[in-house]
Amino acid sequence: MTAPLLSVKNLTIDYIGETNDFRAVDNVSFDVAPGEVFGLAGESGCGKSTIAFAISRLHKPPALIRKESAILLDGRDVLDLNQKDLADFRWREVAMVFQSAMNSLNPVLRIEQQFYDVLKTHKRITRAQARDRTAEMLKLVDISPDRMRDYPHQFSGGMRQRIVIAICLALDPRLIVMDEPTTALDVVVQREILQRINELRRKLGFAVLFITHDLGLMVQFCDRIGIMLGGKLVEQGTADAIYRTPEHDYTKKLWASFPSLHGGVLR
Amino acid sequence: MTGMSAPILTLDKVSKTFGNGPAAVRAARSISFSLHAGRALAVVGESGSGKTTCARIAMREYEPSEGRLLYKGKPVDAAGSKEIADYRRSVQMIFQDPFASLNPAHTIAYHLKRPLMLHRSDIRGAAVDEEIKALLRQVKLDPEIVAPKYPHELSGGQRQRVNIARALAAKPEVIVADEPTSMLDVSVRLGVLNLLSEMKREMNLGLLYITHDIATARYVAEDIAVMYAGQIVEWGNTGKVIDNPAHPYTKLLLSAVPDPDIRFDDPNAQVSSAEADETRRRSAATQETIREVEPDHFVRAA
Repeated sequence: MTAPLLSVKNLTIDYIGETNDFRAVDNVSFDVAPGEVFGLAGESGCGKSTIAFAISRLHKPPALIRKESAILLDGRDVLDLNQKDLADFRWREVAMVFQSAMNSLNPVLRIEQQFYDVLKTHKRITRAQARDRTAEMLKLVDISPDRMRDYPHQFSGGMRQRIVIAICLALDPRLIVMDEPTTALDVVVQREILQRINELRRKLGFAVLFITHDLGLMVQFCDRIGIMLGGKLVEQGTADAIYRTPEHDYTKKLWASFPSLHGGVLR
Repeated sequence: MTGMSAPILTLDKVSKTFGNGPAAVRAARSISFSLHAGRALAVVGESGSGKTTCARIAMREYEPSEGRLLYKGKPVDAAGSKEIADYRRSVQMIFQDPFASLNPAHTIAYHLKRPLMLHRSDIRGAAVDEEIKALLRQVKLDPEIVAPKYPHELSGGQRQRVNIARALAAKPEVIVADEPTSMLDVSVRLGVLNLLSEMKREMNLGLLYITHDIATARYVAEDIAVMYAGQIVEWGNTGKVIDNPAHPYTKLLLSAVPDPDIRFDDPNAQVSSAEADETRRRSAATQETIREVEPDHFVRAA
């Protein structure tokens, strides 16, 4: 395996309480190779979103990352970045798509303006250049560039989600963190979007950290998968291994809780 | 859907239009289906397809714009107040959001006591407490622990079981469950679905199961109706519809269901956005022509 793009090492995160602390993430370590799709699966409260937030340094008190933890992107520890480096790091190195990302567009700004805001914050760029880049990115996600003067409400939920993904890709990040990116969407739209992301990562070479509770979807999309339970990474392996030869009891039980389209449960 | 007992509840060519003029939305168009004792009908479709509108018409929350709602063969709108009260008892609902559908200021026991006081005049006094315990045991909750608790002290799955117990308290004949597991964690979903199936079998209930998840529809329901843009586009025996889909929208929906056996990289597994848009466009047109694909399996023209 080539040197990992992202290397999470002994990550431990506590939510500090008045009387006692809650360990949300307990000594989690995993690597994501360049261009790889790595999936984190688990139920609500297992700590998967806390990890996503920590990678973008978006965690806030009462979340506390314990000392021995490290999050290395290309060997540089994200946890040591100062404010200026952090501003450079976000979007350019790591972009994030949230669960209800389609609602994270500003309703009173045209799509074009929202691209411009991101682009001008992170690089020297003229309006005309930004417009060209916007057109290029919209085309990538199958949205006609002549719609860049429209407002978010003029698009469907799936299109808005694709616009958010296009904004995330505009600065050529090397890692995109996607926290349940399609949970609020219908299966057909979900499939269209994830298929598109899959094509784009083959073309552009970015890596994806993909978070969901839907194991079936995860196996379709991911190269490798980690299964989380109560803050711990209890199993990790290739998508095929997690599907065909799961080792941990919890992974087996998770599979047994998905009804199959063809009758019975998936395994 | 043939060769069964007389239907308890029937929607007969029911339409529902919201607003008027060119901006009117035809949320349900000429919907017909029946619910039978001891059988489940799954209504599947994406958001905005009209499945919840169907549930609300069945619950008499919405008055249909056209068509009739029949209860044991008689139109409900012509019924007197006594029959309506009986209808309200007989048709109970389980809501999507287990966090919003219980009153945070009342105990679980209180939630179950209300329908007993309202609909079960045969049960009074000490028998009420006994019935509450029996109901909780029925949904596999420990009455000693759960009855005195408040909703916030329970997990989502437990709350949904309380919702089921509350629906059962009225001794219903039909249960309308609108996405009862979509807000629950995957590992507790199956437990709730199993409980619903068990109740259906043991108490001979008619179940209307509204969902966007076609795999759980197969797990729960004998019959299925696939909705798109306010119309039922394909319906019949669940296995037949899923294994041998005839309508382009049903095919599209099935091709997009997450399946761990098919990788996104597989060129044969691609769902084309252009084709998907074309299928949606064709499926949205009003169609009167209906074809029988095979016994107990029907499809609307597209």
